Amino acid sequence: MAALDPAAVEQAVSEALAAFADATSLDELKAARTAHQGDKSPLALANREIGALPPSAKAEAGKRVGKARGQVGAALKERQAQLEIERDERILVDEAVDVTMVPGRRPLGRRHPVELMGERIADILVGMGWEIAEGPEVEAEWFNFDALNFDVDHPARQMQDTFYIAPEDSGLVLRTHTSPVQARSLLERGVPLYVGCIGRVYRTDDLDATHMPAFHQIEGIAVDKGITMAHLKGTLDRMASELFGEGITTRLRPSFFPFTEPSAEMDLRCFVCRGEDPDCRSCSGTGWIEWGGCGMVNRNVLLACGVDPDVYSGFAFGMGIDRALQFRTGQSDMRELIEGDVRFDAQFGMEI
Amino acid sequence: MRIPLDWLAEYVDLRPGATGVDVAAALVRVGLEEEGLHGGEVTGPLVVGKVLTKEPEPQKNGKTINWCTVDVAGANGSGEPQGIVCGAHNFEVGDLVVVVLPGAELPGGFAISARKTYGHVSAGMICAADELGLPDDGSGGIIRLADRLPGADLTPGEDAIPLLGLDRETIEINVTPDRGYCFAIRGVAREYALSEGLPFVDPVAELTAAAPAGNTDGHEVRVQDDAPLRGVVGCDRFVARVVRGVDVSAPTPAWMATRLTEAGMRPISLPVDVTNYVMLGLGQPLHAYDLATIDGPIVVRRARAGEKLRTLDGSERSLFPEDLLITDGGGRGLGIAGVMGGFDSEVSDGTSDILIEGAHFDQITVARSARRHKLPSEASKRFERGVDPQLAPAAVELVVQLLVKFGGGIADTGVTDLDNTGPTTAVAFDPALAGTLVGMSYDDDQVARVLQDVGCDVDRTGAAWSVTPPSWRPDLRTGPDLVEEVARVVGYEKIPSVLPTPPGGRGLTHGQQVRRLIANVLAAQGFHEIWSAPFTSDERHEALGYPAEAARARTVRIANPLSEEQPLMRISVLSTMIDALKRNVSRGLKDVALFEQGLVVALEDAQQPAPSSPVGVLPDPELLARIRSAVPPQPRHLGLLVTGEAARTGWWGSGRPADWSDVVGAVRAVAEALAVPVQVTAAGTTPYHPGRCAEFTLADGTLVGHAGELHPKVVQQLGVPARTVAAEIDLDVLIAASDQPVVSAPISTLPAATSDVALVVDQGVVAASVESALRTGAGPLLESIQLFDSYQGDQAGEGKKSLAYRMIFRAPDRTLKTEEVNAARDAAVASAGSATGATQRT
Repeated sequence: MAALDPAAVEQAVSEALAAFADATSLDELKAARTAHQGDKSPLALANREIGALPPSAKAEAGKRVGKARGQVGAALKERQAQLEIERDERILVDEAVDVTMVPGRRPLGRRHPVELMGERIADILVGMGWEIAEGPEVEAEWFNFDALNFDVDHPARQMQDTFYIAPEDSGLVLRTHTSPVQARSLLERGVPLYVGCIGRVYRTDDLDATHMPAFHQIEGIAVDKGITMAHLKGTLDRMASELFGEGITTRLRPSFFPFTEPSAEMDLRCFVCRGEDPDCRSCSGTGWIEWGGCGMVNRNVLLACGVDPDVYSGFAFGMGIDRALQFRTGQSDMRELIEGDVRFDAQFGMEI
Repeated sequence: MRIPLDWLAEYVDLRPGATGVDVAAALVRVGLEEEGLHGGEVTGPLVVGKVLTKEPEPQKNGKTINWCTVDVAGANGSGEPQGIVCGAHNFEVGDLVVVVLPGAELPGGFAISARKTYGHVSAGMICAADELGLPDDGSGGIIRLADRLPGADLTPGEDAIPLLGLDRETIEINVTPDRGYCFAIRGVAREYALSEGLPFVDPVAELTAAAPAGNTDGHEVRVQDDAPLRGVVGCDRFVARVVRGVDVSAPTPAWMATRLTEAGMRPISLPVDVTNYVMLGLGQPLHAYDLATIDGPIVVRRARAGEKLRTLDGSERSLFPEDLLITDGGGRGLGIAGVMGGFDSEVSDGTSDILIEGAHFDQITVARSARRHKLPSEASKRFERGVDPQLAPAAVELVVQLLVKFGGGIADTGVTDLDNTGPTTAVAFDPALAGTLVGMSYDDDQVARVLQDVGCDVDRTGAAWSVTPPSWRPDLRTGPDLVEEVARVVGYEKIPSVLPTPPGGRGLTHGQQVRRLIANVLAAQGFHEIWSAPFTSDERHEALGYPAEAARARTVRIANPLSEEQPLMRISVLSTMIDALKRNVSRGLKDVALFEQGLVVALEDAQQPAPSSPVGVLPDPELLARIRSAVPPQPRHLGLLVTGEAARTGWWGSGRPADWSDVVGAVRAVAEALAVPVQVTAAGTTPYHPGRCAEFTLADGTLVGHAGELHPKVVQQLGVPARTVAAEIDLDVLIAASDQPVVSAPISTLPAATSDVALVVDQGVVAASVESALRTGAGPLLESIQLFDSYQGDQAGEGKKSLAYRMIFRAPDRTLKTEEVNAARDAAVASAGSATGATQRT
């Protein structure tokens, strides 16, 4: 019984193990498996011959062949696992790409930075408990001027560089500031009132590096019992530090606006040099940058909007959004703001 | 307003050593903003020189230069003649000139050093007026001191800076419209004193005391205003005095001419210069008439219809009935009151007797005349801001004194002073208002002292004080006006910073949130946000295919547009976005996707005039309603404009040009972001391609907008790239439609069944109709439906197209049986068949 001969069994085992080890791919291993573990393999033949043995010999032969087949099976399994790992690793290597190639099937668009700046300022006000109001751009002269104490014959009304709507008696203008929204808000929402009025305004300025016929303003108006100029200063200081950095404060200078009394110009501590560089280009060494106008709401404005000025007082301020954007980003040519060149807004992210 | 520093120093003692910068800083603190500083820009050595030699040397470039030696005595350190190359020729050997030596600095930071030029070492320059920052002196080149300073005793080497007034400083300030009194040295001096806490003696007090009282011997003046504006007579003060035998050819003193020049006025003749000098000094506009040309009494009256007047600038002006005129005997016009004098009555070379007018005219009358005639004169600028009505006697007195002193005449004893000015109204003032309005404490004595320093008369006897503002402060009318005086003089910098505590807001409105969301959705889809000026034209409307007449009826026209070519406000955001698209393309960008959210005008009815209502008064509800309704409707639109590739070509393969489906998809995305169901139908609307335009409506039929490819003719007219696609929708409609929360439906987790159908329909049938019919027929088991293929060709048949849909069915409570799914599918196909004539492809 040559096949059951212990030496033959041992040889079959060692041949099988050698064949598995030699297999370098899963395909080769499959062939080796057929040869050494298949129906016609030496061990299968040996197993088959056990049946022909006398009962006394069966147990011992069975044990020998079983052990041999177990050894072969374990070796196969191990080699199989090894080759599978190698194959998986090779696939990953083969699948490697150059991730530095720039993709761009569908490039991202952008928000306009002026819009983002307006949102940012509005959010600061909302965070302080204010609301945001808007209004029409073609506006009644009454809302744009008279309600705000710009008398029809007052020189200040002539100094506004206003676009008038035809015909002469239309009573309409392109709003020269967002202040008419203050009047509309007082009339529509009543007091106490804390609103920021945001939007596009118009002046008859030809477009150049520092002027636009259309630009953006945000104005704030607070009317409540006991409102003071100190509240105005507190609000401006908070906005300045939120927009331009901790510690940036404002300075008030006496000025004149028909809709406020007392009135002030507000300057911003230079956010570049913080007043410490006499050669600073941003503030020309003065330490201050002009930011906008403000003051206590004129009694005539409250009266025109049906609010009792002996009970309520208020403050108002206005600032240019485009200018605030320039401060924040160092942008210097206003034409870029209005031209719509996609390369301009592509410089910025979608939060500013 | 330009303030020569030495003139200011005549009216108020400046702080010792104060420079222009110091004075400007003091004025800013009380509200007079610095506009500029002039003078003081030349640093020496700048000296008198005597030309010793002058050798013309022709150059190859055709110019001739002069090689000169100039005696500057010891100013150059050596005493040797200074060698200088000079390009000008208007001087001779022996002339005294102005020489700048190495080490000096000229205006603009131009540092002087010895340098080699034209084969010589030129150690300095012989100066012309403009090089020193001086006004043109008519010399046509370099300054010849014998001409500029006739009779002066000059020595070579002498410092020329004070000789030429280059050490003089002038401050330019911005005067706000409420501070008319600061259009004079007098007013600015008072403000400087207030700012610095220095004493101030009003120069007018002495002049008023010196001025003779009015009597009946003066030239007769009558005010006959039969049409006062707003009930205010046009002239309430008229002082007239006569000086006889004036030598009008007498020179204006050099110091006066210098001050006038520095203040920005041109010296003309002694009488004119004196009136201008007094106006600049005290703030009273004045006029000098040739008495010989005045026939009879002076009558102040309104102009008559059709009346004309030749003003002293030589223009013949048609007058308006509201113009206030100075006339002789009520007939011939001598000038427009407070604006400009007449040509015929002007002081001329032959004048000997001069009548001086110092009057007070109504602010509004002057403002309107100056505006109508486009004559913003020095006089009108002051009158429309308010001139001190009590100033005229003092100002005329000063004119008389100066004319007599420098022109040698004799003043008449007759003095006209027509005075209809009333007393200044006192303001009832609670001193506590200063503290409550400003938010810091002031003590009563401090408040009273500031008001007195400002010029007010303060009566503290009652609980509320009675404060009478000075005659030069017509702007002080209410408590807050007085509070501003207290706050600014004590100092705005002392005001504390306190954050107010609002009662709590409601956050952004739904509309504000939605607009941010839409902008972010579109930017994420590749669109760039822009904004454009809303000005457009008939031509643009026609290019877009809108009939110009109809477009005009829908919008308003700007009376004074920046460009006559763009007088209309836009009715569509696309109309102005076009220019941004073209700008990008012209700058070499090929793939451009833009969006803009902006207002458009959408008049439905004819434009109605908006009524007016005066300041400080709440209009009655009916008037307020008319003001509101006259403002044209201005919905907010969203525009999209795309050219080039929607999906880009690159290393990953080829891209895809943007087409109608990109803009239709973007509009759908916007609607989906707001969970607003929109219906799409085919439309043929301007400015779109009639076969490639989608119309969006809400379920109730409200129009949302359109999207599609621009009409080829529009593309050609506008000059935009072929196949440019666009969309424009009314955001206000979407915002309103999205204001309600969506009601949630439960999600089934049971298995789905899929069924595909291919339907053949006529080419004219739109997919939306087929889909709608399929949905109706399929019933409630249909979860979703998608058009996954569209085919036109032989297999579909002539004039037909094939549409393939995938339908997913699912029940909320059970796994569907095949028969149920088939039945629903068959019902869907049958519904499509009866609604659109669709047949199932086999």
